[in-house]
Amino acid sequence: MATIAADQKTGPARLGDRVFSATALAAGIAILLALAGVFIFLAIEGVPGLAKPAEFYGEASNFWGYVAPLLFGTVLAAVIALIVAVPLAWGIALVVSHYAPRSIATPIAYVIDLLAAVPSVVFGLWGISVLARHLQPGYVWLDENMGWLPFFAGPASGTGRTILTAGLVLAIMILPIITAISREVFSQTPRLHEEAALALGATRWEMIRMAVFPYARSGMVSAVMLGLGRALGETMAVAMVLSAGGGISLNLISSSNPASIASNIASNYKEGTPGKIQVLIATGLVLFLVTFLVNFAARWIVTRNERKLAR
Amino acid sequence: MSLATAPARPTSEPVAFTQAKLPRLAPALVGVVAVAAAALPVLLLGWGLIAWALVAGVLYLVALPAWARVVEGPRGAADRMVTGLVWAACLVAIVPLVSLLYTVVDRGLPAINSTFLTYSMYRTELDQEVGIYHALVGTLLITLGAAVISVPIGIMAAIYLIEYGKGSRLARWITFLVDVMTGIPSIVAGLFAFSLFILIFGPSTRVGIGGSVALSLLMIPVVVRSTEEMLRLVPADLREASYALGVPKWRTIVKVVLPTALGGIVTGVTLAIARVVGETAPLLLIAGLTTRTNFNVFSERMTTLPVLIYTQNANPGIAETPGGTPPGIEIAWGGALVLILIVMMLNLVARVIGAIFAPKTGH
Repeated sequence: MATIAADQKTGPARLGDRVFSATALAAGIAILLALAGVFIFLAIEGVPGLAKPAEFYGEASNFWGYVAPLLFGTVLAAVIALIVAVPLAWGIALVVSHYAPRSIATPIAYVIDLLAAVPSVVFGLWGISVLARHLQPGYVWLDENMGWLPFFAGPASGTGRTILTAGLVLAIMILPIITAISREVFSQTPRLHEEAALALGATRWEMIRMAVFPYARSGMVSAVMLGLGRALGETMAVAMVLSAGGGISLNLISSSNPASIASNIASNYKEGTPGKIQVLIATGLVLFLVTFLVNFAARWIVTRNERKLAR
Repeated sequence: MSLATAPARPTSEPVAFTQAKLPRLAPALVGVVAVAAAALPVLLLGWGLIAWALVAGVLYLVALPAWARVVEGPRGAADRMVTGLVWAACLVAIVPLVSLLYTVVDRGLPAINSTFLTYSMYRTELDQEVGIYHALVGTLLITLGAAVISVPIGIMAAIYLIEYGKGSRLARWITFLVDVMTGIPSIVAGLFAFSLFILIFGPSTRVGIGGSVALSLLMIPVVVRSTEEMLRLVPADLREASYALGVPKWRTIVKVVLPTALGGIVTGVTLAIARVVGETAPLLLIAGLTTRTNFNVFSERMTTLPVLIYTQNANPGIAETPGGTPPGIEIAWGGALVLILIVMMLNLVARVIGAIFAPKTGH
C-alpha cells in the first residue's frame, strides 16, 4: 500500500502517465497523418502526370481524355455489381435478421463472411476459368436474341471475359460488406415496432416494409455506398477477368470495353517509364478522390444516423 | 345435422377472426411439385442441372403465390413471394462460394507436393523442379512487417480513442476517418507506398518493406476498430477498482484493461492479417517480382503468393503436351489453394481465440 501511494506522489508514475498518454495521442495523430500522407504523396508524384506531352496518353490527347474512358469503365463495372449485389444482399440480410431461425441464421451469416475472406486474386482466377467460360454461351444467346438492346449489341466475346463478367465477380466480392451492414441495421429495428405491425394484422412482408425498412433506410443507403466504394477500387478481379480495349461503350458482352482505373494501373505499371508511371499515379489520385468521397458520404450518413438514434 | 344448422344460420354473418390460410406444409408441397414438374422439360430437352434448378425455382415462385392469392388474397400472395425471393437470394449467393471452393481444391490439389512447397522458381537448369517457397517466405515476411508496423499504432490509437480522448473532437474525427480509411482501395495504398519509396530511394526501388507499409495502411483501420470495440466492453468497474487502489492510469490500462480485452484484440489482429495476406495490387507495385528466395525485407524484390498467382496466370508458359494445362496455370491454382488454406486457417484461429477469450457477459 505504502509503495503505491509513494509511487503516485513521486515523479515516475506521473512521468509514465504522461509518456503513455502522449504515445497514445501520437498513434492517433499518426493515423491522420497517414491519411494525409496518402493524399500528399500521390499528389507529389501524380500532379506532374496531369500535364504531360500528348504521347504519354496513348490515343487521347490530354490527361482527361485518357482518364475519362477508364473512369467510365470503373463506374460501369461498379454499377453492374451494385445492380446484382444489392437486392441479393438485402434478401440475405433479411433472412439472417428476420426470416431464418437462429440456428440457420448464424451459419448463413458465417458463410457470407467466408466469401469476404477469399482473396481477390482467387476470385479473379475463378472468374476467368469458371465464370467467364460458363457465361460465354449465354452472351452468344444474348447477342442473337436481344441484340437490339444497346447493352447486348455484340459481337459476343469469344472468351466471355467482358465487363459484365467482371461486374458479376465484383458483385460477389461486395456482397459480404453490403450484407453485413444491412443485417446490422435490420436487426436494430425496435422489437415494439415490429410487434405493433404484426398485431395490427400485417403479414411478415408488410411488417418489414412498414417497420423495418423506414427505420433502416439510411443504413441501407450507406451500405450500398460502401459497396460502391469497394467496387470502384477493386483491382485484381477486374484486371484479371476483363480483357480491355476500346473506348466508352455501353455494350456489355463484347470485348471492347475500357478497363477500370485500378486494373489499368495494375496491368500497365510494369512497362511504364517514369513519365508514364506519373500518369498512372495521377489516375490513382482520381480514383482515391472518388472512393474517398463515396466512403466519406457513406460513413457520414451512418454517423449522423447513429447520433439521431442515440438522442 | 346439417339440416339442423343450415336454417338456423344467423342472418348477419359472424365476423371471421381468422383468415383462410394455406396448410402449413404448402411451401414444401409446392417445392416438391415444382422440382418434379421442372424435371419434365429438362429431361425432354436435355438441359443441365443448373437449368433444372432455375426452372424449379421460377415454378415455385409462381405457383406458391398463385395458390396463396386464391386462398389468402393478394397480401398473403405478396408475403409468400417475398419469403421465396429472400431465401432464393441466399441460395444464389452460396452457389459461387461452393463453385469457387470446389474449383480451387479440384485444380489446386494435383499441383501440391513437397517440391512445390519447398523449391523456389529460380532454376539453374532448364528442367529443374519449381515451387512457391520464395512466395511463401515473401508473404510471411511482408505480412509480418505489416503487423509489426500496424499492431502497435492500431492498439495505441484505440487506447487513445477509448481511454484518453473519449468525446473530444479529435477523437471523433479519428474514429470517423478510420472508418473512411477502411474503404481505401488497396491499389491506392500501393501507389502511396510506391510514391513514398521512389521519392526517397529513387525511381526503380522495389523492396519488401514497401509492401509492408502499403499493407499496414490497410490493416491499421481494422486493428483500431476491433480493439476499440473490445476496450469498450471492459467494464468501468475494473478500471475504478484499480484507480481506487492508487494505481496510475497507464498501469491500469496495461495491467487491467488490456489483459481483459486481450482475446478480442488478438482475434481482431488475426482477422486483419487474414485480410491483408491475400492482397495483390499494392505488392505488385512496390514489392516487385523475383524468382529467388529473399529473406531481407529491406533490400531487393520480394514475391508474395498473390502476386505469384497473378503473374503465373498472366504468363502461363507453354504446356508440355498440346492441349494440356500450361505449367503457370497449374502453379497459379496450387498457389490459390495454399493461399485460401492460409486465409481460412487464420480465420479459424481468430474464431477459436475469440470463442475462448470471449468476455463473459452472462450472469
